[in-house]
Amino acid sequence: MFRLEVRSSTPAWFNLALPLLAIAVTLILCSGLIALAGAGVLESYGVMFTASLGDSYAITETLVRAAPMIFTGLAVAVAFRAKFWNIGAEGQLLAGAVASCFVGAIPMPGPLAMLLMAVAGAAAGAAVALVPATLRVRFKVDDVVSSLLLNSVIYYALMALIEGPWKDSFSGYPISPPIEDSANFPVLIEGTRLHLGVVVALIAAPLIWFLIARTTLGFRIRVTGENPEAARYGGIHVERVLLSTALLSGALAGLAGVGEVGGVHFQVMSDISPGYGYSGIVVAMLARLNPLGVVPAAIFLAAVMTGAEAMSRATGVPAFLSDVIQGTALLAMLVALLFTAYRIRRVGAAS
Amino acid sequence: MSAPFIEMRGITKSFGAVKANEAVDLSVAPGEILGLLGENGAGKTTLMNVLFGAYAPDAGEILVQGRKARITSSADALAAGIGMVHQHFHLAPRLTVLENLLIGIPGKSGRIDRAGGLARLAEISRQYGLTLDPDLPVSALSVGEQQRLEIVKALFRGAKLLILDEPTAVLAPSEVDGLFSALRSMAAQGLGIIFISHKLNEVRALTHRCTVLRHGRVAGRVDDPANTTSAAMAELMCGHEIVPPARGPSTPGADVLTLAGISTSGHSGTALRHISLAVRAGEILGIAGVSGNGQRALAEVISGMRSPDAGQMTIAGTRVTRFSPREVQALGLGRIPEDRMTTGLVTNLPLADSMVLPRIGTAAFSAKGLLKPDAIRAFAEEQIKAFDIRCPGPMVRAGALSGGNLQKALLARELAFDPKVLVVSQPTRGLDIGAARFIHEKFLAMRAKGCGIIVIGEDLEELLVLCDRIAVMYEGRIAGTLASADATVARLGLLMTGAEGRA
Ligand SMILES: Nc1ncnc2c1ncn2[C@@H]1O[C@H](COP(=O)(O)OP(=O)(O)OP(=O)(O)O)[C@@H](O)[C@H]1O
Ligand SMILES: [Mg+2]
Repeated sequence: MFRLEVRSSTPAWFNLALPLLAIAVTLILCSGLIALAGAGVLESYGVMFTASLGDSYAITETLVRAAPMIFTGLAVAVAFRAKFWNIGAEGQLLAGAVASCFVGAIPMPGPLAMLLMAVAGAAAGAAVALVPATLRVRFKVDDVVSSLLLNSVIYYALMALIEGPWKDSFSGYPISPPIEDSANFPVLIEGTRLHLGVVVALIAAPLIWFLIARTTLGFRIRVTGENPEAARYGGIHVERVLLSTALLSGALAGLAGVGEVGGVHFQVMSDISPGYGYSGIVVAMLARLNPLGVVPAAIFLAAVMTGAEAMSRATGVPAFLSDVIQGTALLAMLVALLFTAYRIRRVGAAS
Repeated sequence: MSAPFIEMRGITKSFGAVKANEAVDLSVAPGEILGLLGENGAGKTTLMNVLFGAYAPDAGEILVQGRKARITSSADALAAGIGMVHQHFHLAPRLTVLENLLIGIPGKSGRIDRAGGLARLAEISRQYGLTLDPDLPVSALSVGEQQRLEIVKALFRGAKLLILDEPTAVLAPSEVDGLFSALRSMAAQGLGIIFISHKLNEVRALTHRCTVLRHGRVAGRVDDPANTTSAAMAELMCGHEIVPPARGPSTPGADVLTLAGISTSGHSGTALRHISLAVRAGEILGIAGVSGNGQRALAEVISGMRSPDAGQMTIAGTRVTRFSPREVQALGLGRIPEDRMTTGLVTNLPLADSMVLPRIGTAAFSAKGLLKPDAIRAFAEEQIKAFDIRCPGPMVRAGALSGGNLQKALLARELAFDPKVLVVSQPTRGLDIGAARFIHEKFLAMRAKGCGIIVIGEDLEELLVLCDRIAVMYEGRIAGTLASADATVARLGLLMTGAEGRA
């Protein structure tokens, strides 16, 4: 017989071991589905690996995909640290994309355009995140529900925009006009899509880590998340901290949208995000809300996404497997997190 | 003595390097009330958790009615007739008393057996004098009633041995009497009881026999607690004598804290009604009263957690305008909250974080929005040494510390900045005599340095030892103030029930 027992402390190596364990469990569980689809398990995972991380081009493609998830992962990690349950990174990303596309279409010198796109996108994301945070602080509205529902509101607003005023009158496609060429983010390696935004994402992670670990705002975010009552007693303005966290979180999610517009699509269309906002939740959980862990976690999910497409082409396993892997990884991680608070003990053997 | 109902033999249980229990023997006979004593961290709760099946012991065995029992879960324990009332209750607040009793008890064909439950509750109430309204939701019960429900719950499930872990720590003195008479009647009817408390006078009044733990081992047993002095028991617990602190004469200075006509509305708890009081430098003022008479609101107003609707407050001569924690702190007020775990500390973060929390924005711990991690660590290490806080280090989770050490940490964080006034609620609740003694000494030292101190508490003995004056709260008012030379438990008791008018 086994049973769970409360632990008093969590060993440091768990931070690394748990996500790896979760990923291993996920791949084992999902191999059943691959077999069910009639393909070889090792062969399929082999194709996934080669296609996503097998050569330098594949790696750049995976990084390009990881970039938005690094931003949304950071957005969620920051929010969850303060126990601001921001499930709205998807909507904040879309808002950021629309705002940056709007700015990018205005003719001006390239560097200035890119800067303003980032500012506008971050501001738009922050504004969207402020809605559920304000509702919670002012009226005690549940932030999970309000931030989640807001995603649909933003999505349909975007659809209305590209089906209406932004619609391409020439082709009739529901897509926005493209941004100016000069506003396209520079590509860093010739022949790839590795754009400036990816580097910004990679730099953002340690910056956010620093903010959480080493600044008074980060301290207040941590304390507020862990125990709002003690925070208030200690003189922290809990409401103000929650609003600041929401602004920061929304801005990060907005930047995910900026990168997609400026570096990948150069315009806005209905499927500009294949759920990067939701993937950010998986990323943040795999990273155990540690901003530094967000980078490898996002790269893992990006590799699964790029790999799944190639696998589907090569072996006929539907690319939906990528979604299954993501979902399973989240569940596996949530179960694995149990082991940070509990240990398994064999009982009965002693007596 | 009859054969023991429960016998624990050679119980050993370690948490990592900490040996919480080592070769502990303990037995309880039917009809016996056994006291379990020991300093904070001696291993009392751990031992009881082993008996209740929450922890598997590393070694040792448990015998129930002479037969070896395998208890690996609370369900096993209940089946063996062992019930436990934890210090933190395990009740469903939205459900009624009866529903809480029936949780997990299968009725006929999957339905809840309401009539049967009511009958059984009535029987238990009659038998032991434990009355409860079956239809009240738990959230409407007082702490004392919730505890009664926990006891009834155990009896409902057929407990023949009842473990009570520091049951009196959460009770007002008047409620303690009710609990004791119920426990006595249970024992008279053949139930075994294990009673844990740090209050030796309670132990002497209630128990038939005591087992004393020290550092996880049995340090000794007391066969006749009623005729053993508290001092002797304390020595057994700590391994050395405990002398009560002596409060020398003081020469109070100017007022450091004044309240004038402070009133609050009563939407949460008892409202304050025109509270006026003053504390002078170098003086300890006690606030006594049955809990629920406005003490919490008073502490909240003084510590800046709540704005009064009317009235004025000054700290060191400056009028408080915004009633925020930051403002009162900046004016020189130190505070120790009633509930150290939920209000004082952040249990999941490093101890050092809790120790600097109220002053994180000051130049000592941050500059231009950046933390000074080295300064924070150094400060915590310094205080850990100065206050002899027993813990692995400043980076340990605060929640891992024992109650006494947490209290020392909170005291350290306030005293480090030389407050002009100190407001503390229930400063020694749950602390062993040694730790309580330490806290008292610190208060007296602060008093000697000219700090004005307000001690809000229910333990009259403690207030009488510590305070120069004692004010009694009754229904949100100050019912009277006595100089401690004139104060006796009896006179204070009268004021506390509202019987005596303004003194
Ligand atoms: N789950 C746990 N993990 C690690 N150490 C623990 C755990 N529970 C208790 N300890 C340690 O075991 C020792 C005994 O703790 P225990 O809670 O049994 O003491 P206690 O006698 O009940 O003290 P108190 O009077 O403060 O309630 C302490 O050193 C404590 O820190
Ligand atoms: Mg205990």
